[in-house]
Amino acid sequence: MTRLLPFPLLSAGLLALWLLLNQTLSPGQICLGGLVALVGGWLFARLGPPQTKVRRPGVIIRLCVSVMTDILRSNFAVARILLGRGNPQRSSGFVEIPLALRDPYGLAVLACIITSTPGTLWASFNPATGKLIIHVLDLIEERVWIETIKNRYEWPLREIFE
Amino acid sequence: MIEAAQLPLWVALLTAMFLLVGAAFALIGSFGLLRLANFYERAHAPTLGNTFGTACILAASVLCFSVQQSRPMLHEVLIAIFAFVTTPVTLMVLVRAVLFRDRLEGRNGMPRPEVPSRTAGPPG
Repeated sequence: MTRLLPFPLLSAGLLALWLLLNQTLSPGQICLGGLVALVGGWLFARLGPPQTKVRRPGVIIRLCVSVMTDILRSNFAVARILLGRGNPQRSSGFVEIPLALRDPYGLAVLACIITSTPGTLWASFNPATGKLIIHVLDLIEERVWIETIKNRYEWPLREIFE
Repeated sequence: MIEAAQLPLWVALLTAMFLLVGAAFALIGSFGLLRLANFYERAHAPTLGNTFGTACILAASVLCFSVQQSRPMLHEVLIAIFAFVTTPVTLMVLVRAVLFRDRLEGRNGMPRPEVPSRTAGPPG
């Protein structure tokens, strides 16, 4: 099992990707996709990536929902700012966030979330101190941002990956 | 090839609405590139077109082609996933390059430079 499928989730994803791209569920394409998934898993294992376990599907779904609502909300907020309807005294700036999350996959997902949300930008992360610096377009209070990132994203990611 | 006239009216209207809203968000984002003051602020603007703008246009595409071919088109889901996963790569490279330059030149408003401590790294 482990030798054949070192990364079952990755292989399942590759198979799903193959079938979606071909828009079919024919047995031939399932075989081909299965081959791609198997070989893809082996090749990825050769890279020696860190192992991880993904847990708590309930938390994953809740995280996805909150990320989507946040992206939607901040889209409208940033659109308002860009159209000049926001607070004229708006100031942007950097916020330092001490993170306890250390799992590389968790950090990668956090980077996707932060950059994909309009209004926040991943600036730098120091793996030695766990200090993340983000740039915020509409910075009102640093503390609020620190709490938002930690409670809304970091906590569920730690539940999922650590 | 695409027979738009064969679409039922409500589908055509919904598709058009999604397309217009998506395009509007992409436009507002590009407009932001022009308006905002410095690099870090400007880097926020295109995310609009990248997230909600893309989502709307993909929704229009799903709707239109699902009705036309009477089967769901799910390619668009893949586009959304790949956009979500790949955006951070280019954005982080850009931001880190500018951050590096600004720290080197000691411009105002930059977070204080992290001293690259050789001792903090792995031993050896």
